[in-house]
Amino acid sequence: MNLLLTLAVVFGILVLIRIANVAQMAAELSGETDEEEEEKANKWNSIGFLLFMLLGIPFMIYCTIKWMPLMLPVAASEHGVDVDKLMDINWIVLIITFLITSFLLFWFAYKYRYNKNRRSYYFHDNMKLELIWTVVPTIVLAGLIVTGLLEWNKITDMNLSDKGMKVQIYAKQFNFAVRYAGKDNKLGSSFFRNISDTNPLGVDVADSSAADDKISSELVMPVGEEIELVINSRDVIHSVYLPHFRAQMNAVPGMTTRFHFKPTITTAKMKEITGNDKFEYVMLCNKICGVAHYNMKMPVRVLEKDEFKAWLQKEKRVFTRESLNAADSSTTAVPVVDSTVVSAK
Amino acid sequence: MEVNQHNEVTPHNDDHGHHGHDHHHEHEESNNFFAKYVFTTDHKMISKQFLITAIFMAFLAMGMSMIFRLQLAWPDVKFPFLEDIIGRWGKDGKLDPGFYLALVTLHGTIMVFFVLTGGLSGTFSNLLIPLQVGARDMASGFLNALSFWFFFVSTIVMCASLFIESGPASAGWTVYPPLSALPQAIAGSGLGMTLWLISMALFIASSLLGGINYVTTVLNLRTKGMNMTKLPLTIWAFFITAILGVLSFPVLLAAALLLIFDRSFGTSFFLSDIFIDGAPLDYAGGSPILFQHLFWFLGHPEVYIVLLPALGLASEVISVNARKPIFGYKAMIGSMLVIAFLSFVVWGHHMFITGMNPFLGSVFVFTTLLVAIPSAVKVFNYITTLWRGNIQFTPAMMFAMGLVSTFITGGLTGIILGDSTLDINVHDTYFVVAHFHIVMGSSAIFGMFAGVYHWFPRMYGRMMNRKLGYAHFWLTILGVYGVFFPMHFLGLGGVPRRYYATTGYEAFNVFVDINIIITIAAIISGLAQFIFAFNFFYSIFKGKKSVQNPWKANTLEWTAPVEHLHGNWPGEIPTVHRWPYDYGKPGAKEDFIPQTVPYSETPESNTPDDLKH
Repeated sequence: MNLLLTLAVVFGILVLIRIANVAQMAAELSGETDEEEEEKANKWNSIGFLLFMLLGIPFMIYCTIKWMPLMLPVAASEHGVDVDKLMDINWIVLIITFLITSFLLFWFAYKYRYNKNRRSYYFHDNMKLELIWTVVPTIVLAGLIVTGLLEWNKITDMNLSDKGMKVQIYAKQFNFAVRYAGKDNKLGSSFFRNISDTNPLGVDVADSSAADDKISSELVMPVGEEIELVINSRDVIHSVYLPHFRAQMNAVPGMTTRFHFKPTITTAKMKEITGNDKFEYVMLCNKICGVAHYNMKMPVRVLEKDEFKAWLQKEKRVFTRESLNAADSSTTAVPVVDSTVVSAK
Repeated sequence: MEVNQHNEVTPHNDDHGHHGHDHHHEHEESNNFFAKYVFTTDHKMISKQFLITAIFMAFLAMGMSMIFRLQLAWPDVKFPFLEDIIGRWGKDGKLDPGFYLALVTLHGTIMVFFVLTGGLSGTFSNLLIPLQVGARDMASGFLNALSFWFFFVSTIVMCASLFIESGPASAGWTVYPPLSALPQAIAGSGLGMTLWLISMALFIASSLLGGINYVTTVLNLRTKGMNMTKLPLTIWAFFITAILGVLSFPVLLAAALLLIFDRSFGTSFFLSDIFIDGAPLDYAGGSPILFQHLFWFLGHPEVYIVLLPALGLASEVISVNARKPIFGYKAMIGSMLVIAFLSFVVWGHHMFITGMNPFLGSVFVFTTLLVAIPSAVKVFNYITTLWRGNIQFTPAMMFAMGLVSTFITGGLTGIILGDSTLDINVHDTYFVVAHFHIVMGSSAIFGMFAGVYHWFPRMYGRMMNRKLGYAHFWLTILGVYGVFFPMHFLGLGGVPRRYYATTGYEAFNVFVDINIIITIAAIISGLAQFIFAFNFFYSIFKGKKSVQNPWKANTLEWTAPVEHLHGNWPGEIPTVHRWPYDYGKPGAKEDFIPQTVPYSETPESNTPDDLKH
């Protein structure tokens, strides 16, 4: 099989060389001069560029319309709606620029194709033109920068952090765990050396604020409530990516990162909006983290507030009796250290 | 040894020096294969060494991308031939998920560093700097040869990592620790990663040796009359690129060294608070984010190290083939300088959501979007150069046009990624992959193709086949848009990059068809590259003989004889009298006036401005 393949490749190359030789000889015999050949090439390639534009751009528009419904549905978070609006504004500016510049590029390619009886226009500097295309992009970009940064400052506003319901996302190869802060809205401190089979998040037993913390294997959020994700990793860098909520933040070992947002659409409602009974929100790992990176995910649900309360009631606490027993029997007393360094937000 | 010869050559008079000199060289060089092809210090031969090595590496990296594209389009199909090619990594025709990551990693590393940095700068800076500034060779031929051999050894080390038991580096081309630091986290972070780091250290050494040489040559070895403002834009681009490389590569070396310490000597520069394989590790106090800062401090200038030479080549090719001076010569230089400066203060836009302080993010948004201004100036200048030109569509010109097109398309989506707010949701998705493959990958490789087609006669004294060139171009540009345009939609749909398969996600099933389209387009453009390879190697031996100045260009390299001499010009080095873009000057006899023609010989076309010189 391999031998055959090799032979086929070698034979193919020999044939190509043969064809090239013959083509070259034929070209020489046909008496077509280089100049004629070049003239033809200029003509056909300039037409090629024109067609590339005339067919290519409508085709791009067609694809865009066709694939639009495959994009993410309407943003399911408060800031997400603004992000989408900003995205639309950007797209309008970008598409207009794309159409103008592409049109000029390919139209000029066609219009000014070589003609041996013509000379090009000796034109190499024009202060006014250059000023225009320095200043106009500057103004447009200033607009985009300002609108973008205003939104960014809103999303990352530190003052909002304490208001949100604290939910820890704890990442490891290759799954996430979720911890709810409970009634006191305080997450008990955790430290990687506390990690054991019964205490996978390394929560500190001695910290009283950990007593009402609850742990879950799915991320469930009440609709319309501010959520403060407190994100940690215990091995490599992961990324908490919630595309439907336009939310993403890396999980970095050795530090705590945060992301603040407010879900606005319940899963049930989203099923209606998308017309898809099977629709589910999802949280993905979006930073290469190892062999099973592509399978690292967690189901996400957004419930009405009372539904959420009922659900949380049933979830188990971080410390069950057996895990406490295990912690007691372990001889290594670990100092209470908050290893986390608050960085972004 | 050979350098001495040039010194001998310099004083020769044209009258009796010509023949004797050529003969002397032929005799000297043909007798010793190793001196001519291996341990050469001739910049022209070194540039060919870089080019051919890069072509092989490019095919290797392209082959890798074909394998993972097959996997992404048909995740459930078995391809029995995979086992023939990659052995146990493709057992029963199924690509191993770990090896998938290794392929992605090596594809990126090879393309970015070995093809678009080493291959592009190495080939064209070496070929064109001495020839276009009017020098006999690089400032140091020996360092230049060393630069190639470091490069060559680093490619060998990188390729060797494909053959080791634990597999090559697989933490992505950005090799973020802790993943890249801990063999427990992924098999590729064992010996494979060590080889990756060794290879990169060698590569950086090569790049620095080359860069210092390019800068020195441009500054010190310009011929008489060649002011900085008479340099072709190619040289300006290579010059600025080399400075970028010299300033930023050492930072990557620092990052690589610290990572080597963390991996092998138990330090904790990048590692802290890690619990893996059922046990806590002793690392304390390091920061994985620090590595990202160091990496991207090189990584972002690297984008321009890749792109600027391509833009420089395109400027020259567009001007020559539009038979018209490049529009805004000084603005072009200015915008390259601004881009180069800004490239050092934008690295944080790769890190908006790593947990970096959001205020710092705001600063990087500002600086990043500023890059769009000089880029826009460049695009408009290219377009204005075409306006009322007299455009000849040589294969080189086709690729230069393609470069402008992809530079526009890919550059625009950069505005979305540079905006931290919008980056939140598209960060690390296929949107990013689409963006940088168009703006950096395709533009740079188009620039490289333009360069190869344009300067092939200068390299080998023969022409490449035009028709094959056109076929290559059209298939490639259709393939490029066919691959990367649909990819934007995957990204906007929230599909993360570096996923072995998305079959586990209900929401992503709608993208199956798009993935198949992408793979088919990739295969088409991949096959098109064989047309290029065939044309290239065939033309080296059998191409039509070239005349001295086949494109009727103004720059100095076309005043040197077709036959290569070590020393470039027999007799004296030509003197330069004018800028390189006198195409289509009103009143002139021909539509081009080479740089070597003094104003005193062209009274019919001189303008009042010219008299000031």
